Amino acid sequence: MSAGPGPGPRSTGAPAVDRRSALEVEHIDAAYGPYRALFDVSFAVPAGGVVALLGSNGAGKSTVARVVSGLLPSAKGRIRIDGTDMTGQPAFKIARAGVAHVPEGRGIFANLTVEENLTLVFRQRVGRKMVAPSLDAAYEAFPVLGDRRKQRGGTLSGGQQRLLSLAKVLVVPPRLLVADELSLGLAPVVVDAVYDGLRRVNATGTALLVVEQQVDRALELASHAVVLEHGSVAFEGPSDQAMAAVEKVLAARGERTGLLEGPAPAAPTAPVDPVTKARRERRWAIGRGRRPRTDGEEQP
Amino acid sequence: MTDGGTGGHVTLGGGPWAQRHGGGGPALLGDPGPLLSVRAVSKAFGGITAVSQVTLIVDGGESVGLVGPNGAGKTTLFNCICGQLKPDGGTVEFDGNELGSMPTYKRARLGIGRTYQRIEVFPDMSVREHLLVAERARRGDGRLWKDLVNLSSPTPDELARVNEVLELVGLADKASTPVSALGLGLCRLVELGRALVAQPKLLMADEPSSGLDVHETHELANVLRTLQRERGMAVLLVEHDLGMVGEVVDRAIVMDLGQVIAEGTFDEVMAHPEVRHAYLGTSG
Amino acid sequence: MVHFLGFAVPGIPNGCTFALFAIGLILTYQATGVFNFAFAAQAYTSAFVYGLLCLHGWPVWFAFLVSVVILAPALGLGFDYFLFRRIPNTNSTAKVVTGISLLVGIPSLLTVIFGNQQLDAPPSLLFNADTVYFHLFGVTDLPINGIDIGTVIVTVVVLVAMVVLLRYTSMGLKMRGSVESRRLIQLDGVNADRVVAFSWAVSSFLAGLAGVLFAHQLAPVQPENYQLLLITAIAAAAWGRLRSMPVAALVAIVLGVIESVAPAYLPTGGFLNAVVVPVIPMIVLALALLFVPGLRSLDDSKDPLASIDPPTPPTAAASRAPTMDRIIRTGWYALLVVFVVSMLTWMPVLWEGVFNEGLAFSVIFLSITLITGMGGQLSLAQATLAGVGAFTTGLLFYHFGFNELSGGIVGAVLASVVAVALALLSLRLRGLGLALMTLAAAVFFDQGVFNQPQVQPQSGALSLIPLSNPKWPGPVGIFERNGHWLFVVCMVVLVLVTLAVLQIRKGTTGHYLGAMRGSETGAAGLGINLSWQRIMIFALSGAVAGIGGTLFAYYQTSVTPNYFNVDFSLVFVVVVVTTGVSTVEGAIQAGIGLTVTFQLVTYLPGRLGGQSLVFVLFAFGALTYAAHPEGVLEFQKRRSTLRFERLLFSGSGRGASPGDQGPQAAAAVAPEGGGRGD
Repeated sequence: MSAGPGPGPRSTGAPAVDRRSALEVEHIDAAYGPYRALFDVSFAVPAGGVVALLGSNGAGKSTVARVVSGLLPSAKGRIRIDGTDMTGQPAFKIARAGVAHVPEGRGIFANLTVEENLTLVFRQRVGRKMVAPSLDAAYEAFPVLGDRRKQRGGTLSGGQQRLLSLAKVLVVPPRLLVADELSLGLAPVVVDAVYDGLRRVNATGTALLVVEQQVDRALELASHAVVLEHGSVAFEGPSDQAMAAVEKVLAARGERTGLLEGPAPAAPTAPVDPVTKARRERRWAIGRGRRPRTDGEEQP
Repeated sequence: MTDGGTGGHVTLGGGPWAQRHGGGGPALLGDPGPLLSVRAVSKAFGGITAVSQVTLIVDGGESVGLVGPNGAGKTTLFNCICGQLKPDGGTVEFDGNELGSMPTYKRARLGIGRTYQRIEVFPDMSVREHLLVAERARRGDGRLWKDLVNLSSPTPDELARVNEVLELVGLADKASTPVSALGLGLCRLVELGRALVAQPKLLMADEPSSGLDVHETHELANVLRTLQRERGMAVLLVEHDLGMVGEVVDRAIVMDLGQVIAEGTFDEVMAHPEVRHAYLGTSG
Repeated sequence: MVHFLGFAVPGIPNGCTFALFAIGLILTYQATGVFNFAFAAQAYTSAFVYGLLCLHGWPVWFAFLVSVVILAPALGLGFDYFLFRRIPNTNSTAKVVTGISLLVGIPSLLTVIFGNQQLDAPPSLLFNADTVYFHLFGVTDLPINGIDIGTVIVTVVVLVAMVVLLRYTSMGLKMRGSVESRRLIQLDGVNADRVVAFSWAVSSFLAGLAGVLFAHQLAPVQPENYQLLLITAIAAAAWGRLRSMPVAALVAIVLGVIESVAPAYLPTGGFLNAVVVPVIPMIVLALALLFVPGLRSLDDSKDPLASIDPPTPPTAAASRAPTMDRIIRTGWYALLVVFVVSMLTWMPVLWEGVFNEGLAFSVIFLSITLITGMGGQLSLAQATLAGVGAFTTGLLFYHFGFNELSGGIVGAVLASVVAVALALLSLRLRGLGLALMTLAAAVFFDQGVFNQPQVQPQSGALSLIPLSNPKWPGPVGIFERNGHWLFVVCMVVLVLVTLAVLQIRKGTTGHYLGAMRGSETGAAGLGINLSWQRIMIFALSGAVAGIGGTLFAYYQTSVTPNYFNVDFSLVFVVVVVTTGVSTVEGAIQAGIGLTVTFQLVTYLPGRLGGQSLVFVLFAFGALTYAAHPEGVLEFQKRRSTLRFERLLFSGSGRGASPGDQGPQAAAAVAPEGGGRGD
C-alpha cells in the first residue's frame, strides 16, 4: 500500500489535495456525436502516483483517456495538468505540457519506420540534438526494436508495435503517462516486461493513469483505482477495496461469474450517487419507450 | 503453471462435442454431422498471426460461447467463417457444404445469420425496412420487373414474419423509426432482428451485448435461449459479458492469442487456471 | 537510330510536363490525403494571372512573384482552411466532389471577374523559349531549345526537392505522419493542422509553378489545356500507386515519348494512330486501376484513432417526414399541371425551347440519381453515356435511316451495355478509384470515339449530323418549330422515367441498394449479391442517360461531341449535387434549373452574362456538399418546410420528427461498440 494522499470515496467536488496533482479531472462529460459516453466523471492522479482505471467493455475507460489527452473535447468540467488548467486545449498542446498517451490498439504509424516513429516524438520532446542519444537509449532498452529500426511499423507484430508505443513514451519520461489497455493481446511474459517498464518510469517521478482490462495487474501497480460503469464513476478509492467493487459490478450483470478469487464481498462499497443512477436509467428507459424505474420495478 | 500463452489445448469434462468426437458414447442414429465445422483454420496479417490452427464444432441446435480477451482472434475467426476473410489454411464446412472461397452472400443464403462487433446497420432505413430487406434477401428475391409493376410491396406473409421478429426483440413500437435516431443498444437489437428474420440455422453474434445495460442484456439472453429451445437455432456467441454467456450457452470455448486454450461447459472452463490467467493476468 | 531519337527526345520535355503535374498530385495526396482534382485549376489560375500581368506591362519576375509565390500558396491555404480541413479523411465522396467543384468553378470565376482575356503569348519564364541552344549529339535533327531545357531542369529539381522533403526532412516526416493520422501525431506533440496547411502551401506552389512554366508552350492560356495535362498525369500517378514520385515521373515521361514517337512510326490516319494513341493514357489509367494493388482500397483509412470521428453520412440522406412529403408532392402535382398547360398555350417559343432542353437534361440527371443517389457511387461519365445514346440515334438515322424512336431505343441499350462494361471494370473499386475509372472512360470516349470521323461523318471541327429529314413514325412532326410535339415527347419520357425510378427506389432493388449504401458488409451478410446489384444499377443508369442524350439530340436536331465530353460530366455532377443527388426532384430541379439559369444569365449586363456565371453559382453550391450531402437546396427546402410546418401546426405541440433533423441525424449512426465505447 503506497503512502501519499489520495482522493477519498467518490466526491462531487474538487478532490482535496494539498499539493499539485499530476492530473485533476472534474465533472467531465463526453460524447461521440450525439452518443453520450461519460457522465460527470471526476477523479485525480496524485503527483508521482499511479491510478488504475477499470471497468467493463463499453464503460468509458478509453473515452476518459482521450478526454485527458485532448483528443476528445469535454462539454463541461475542467482538466488540470500539474495544476494548470488545460481544459479545451488541443491535443498537441497537452502533449507538449508533458502528457504522454499510449492509445488503445495500434499507437504507432504503420507507414513510418521504427526509427522514424521514434524520431518524430523524440524531436518534439527533447529537441534535435538529443534525438540520437535517445534513440540509442531506446534500442538498448528494447533490443527487439533495435533489430528492426528500418522496418515499417505496419509490418511489426502486435506485441512489437506495443513495445514501440512504449518506447515512445518511456525513454523520455513524461510528467503524466496515460496507458490505455497496454496488456491487450499480449503474452503474459511480455506483459510482465511492460509493467516493469511502467514501474521504472513511475520511480523516476512520472504519474501513471493505467486503463486496464486485466484487473490484477493494474491493481498491483496502482495505489488507487477508479471503476467506471456506463460512463460514470462507480467507485473511487484505494486499490485494496477496488477488487471488491469490480466484483460487485460484475455481479450486478448476472448471477455468476466465478472468475474472481477471494471471499464474497462483505462490506458494500460507496453507493452510487442517486442522481447519476436516475440519469443513467432515464437514458436507457427513454430509449426503450418505458417510464424510468422506481424502486426497482419496471413499468411498461 | 505454464505461462507464455503457448496455448496447450485443454478440453474439459464432457459435453456433446466430447461424446461425439472424443471417445465413448454411441453415435446417434442418422447423425448428420456437425452444423458448422471449422478445422485448423489459420489467418495471419503481415507478420501478425491472428488465428492459429483453430478447430471448433457447432452442432445443430447447440449454443456455444466463444470467449477470450481482446485481441484473441475471435472476430477474425468469425470473418473467416462468414467469408469476409480468406483463411490461410484449414477448412470451413457448414451444413454439409464446403465453404471454400464461397462469397459472403452465398454463405448467408445457406443459413448463417450474423451480427457485428462494429454495428453495420443501414442508416437510411427504418427498423421495419431492415427486417423486410433481410426477409427478401434471404430468398435471393427481387426481380426488377416486379419493382416496376408495383409487385414489390411487402406481402402479408412477409409483414407477419417481420412483426413476429419485432415482437421477439422488443422493437415493435419503434418499427417505423429510422435507425439513425436510435441509440446503440437498440441498434444492436435491430441487427439481431435483422439476422433472425431470415430464420438462420446458425446465428453468429459478435459481442451483441456490448453497450447494452443490465436489463437489455438479460432480455437478449432470454431471446437467444428461447430461439435455441423453440426453433432449434444454433448460436455461436462471442461475448465479454461472462454472466450473459453463462446464461445462454451449452458449451464454451476460450481463445487467447489466436489459439483455443480451453473447451467444455461454461463452469468448467471458467474455473480453469489458464483461462483465469488469460483474463486476469495473474501469474501462477 | 538518330531518326528515332529525333522523335523520342522532344517527347521527354513533353513527358516532363505530365511528370510535374503527377508529382504535384502525389505530393498533395501523400501530404494532405486529398486527391486534388483542382490542381489543374490552380495551375491555370497562376498562368492566367501571370499572363494578364505580363500583358499589362509588368516585368516577368514581378508577375511570377505575384502569381506563383503569393497567389498560389494563398489559394491552397484557403482550400485547406475553408474546405478540406472540415472534411473527415474517410469521406472520399466529399473530397472528390469538392475538388471537382473547384476545378469547374475557379476558371469560370476568373472569366466572370476578368472577362474573356486573350492571353496568346505569355512570355517564357526561364530561358528564351524558342532559341535553340544546342543540338543533342551535335546532330541538327535534335535541336534543344529553351523550353526543353527549362522544363527538364525544373522537373528534375522539383522531383529531387520533393523526394528529399518527404523522405529526409523532419517536416516531411511530420507531413507523412499527419496524413496517416492527424490525431495520433498530435499525441506526439505535433501541431497537425499547421503541418497540413504547410503541405497545401507547398503543393499549391508547385501547381502555380507548373502553370506558369508551361504558359508559353501551352498558349493560349485556357483551362482545357491544363485539364488535359491533369488527366494524363493522373494515369502516371496511378502507376506510382499515388506514392512514388520517381515512378510516376518515369511513367509520365514514357507517355510523353510515346505521344511523340507514335505518329512518326505508325501509318498516318491508320486505326492505331488515330484511335489508339490518343487514348493510351486512359488505357494506362484503367490498367493501373485494375492491377495495381494499392489503388483498390484508396479510401480505407489506416488511422488507428479514426473511431473518434463521426461516421460518414451516407450519400442519400435520411428520409423525409411524411407531412413534408405530402406537402411537397401536392406542390409538384400542382406545378406540373400549371407547367403543362402553360407550355401548350402561352409560353413563348424561346422559353419553350429552354424548358425542352431542361427536360432532356432532367432525364440525364435522373441517371445520376440512380448511380450516385441510389447506387452510392460517384460516376464522372454520365455525359459520356448520354453521348453514346445520342450518337447511336444520330448515326442509325443518318446511315441506316432508322427512325428516331427505334434509334433512341437502340441508343439506350448501347449506353446500357457501355455502362455494364464500366461496372465490370470497376467491380473491385470503390470511392476515388471508381471515380477515376469513370473518368478514364469519359476521356476515352472523348478522345477515341466521339471525335472519330466514322462517328462524325463530315470532317472538320464541328461536324453535325443534321436530323433535318426526321423519320418520326406517324404523321406528327416533332421537329416542327411551331408545334408542341417535341415538348410532349420530352414530357412523356420524363414522366415515364421518373415513375420508373420512383418504383425502383420504393421496391426491392431500391432497398437492396439502400442496404449496400448503408453497409456493404451488412448487406452481404444478408445474402445480397453486391456485384450483381452494382452491375444492374450501372445498366439502368446507362440506359436512362442514353435516353436523355437522345432527347437532347432531338432538341438540338444535331449531335455534337461538345455536350457529351468530360467537362460536361463534371458539370453535371456539380449541378446535381447542389440540388440533391438522392431525390427525383433534385434531378428535375437540376435539369430545368440549369437551362433556365443559362437563359436568365443572358439578361445580365456585360461580363456577367456568360455561361461562366452559371458554373460559378453551381460550383459554389457544390462546395457545401461536405456539410450538406443531401444537397444545399434540399437542406434549405427542409428548413423552410419545417418552419412552415411549425407555423401551421404550432397548436398541436408536435416536435420535429427524426427525419427532419437532416445530416446531424444521419451522422448519429451508432459507433462501434468494441472500439469506441471503452
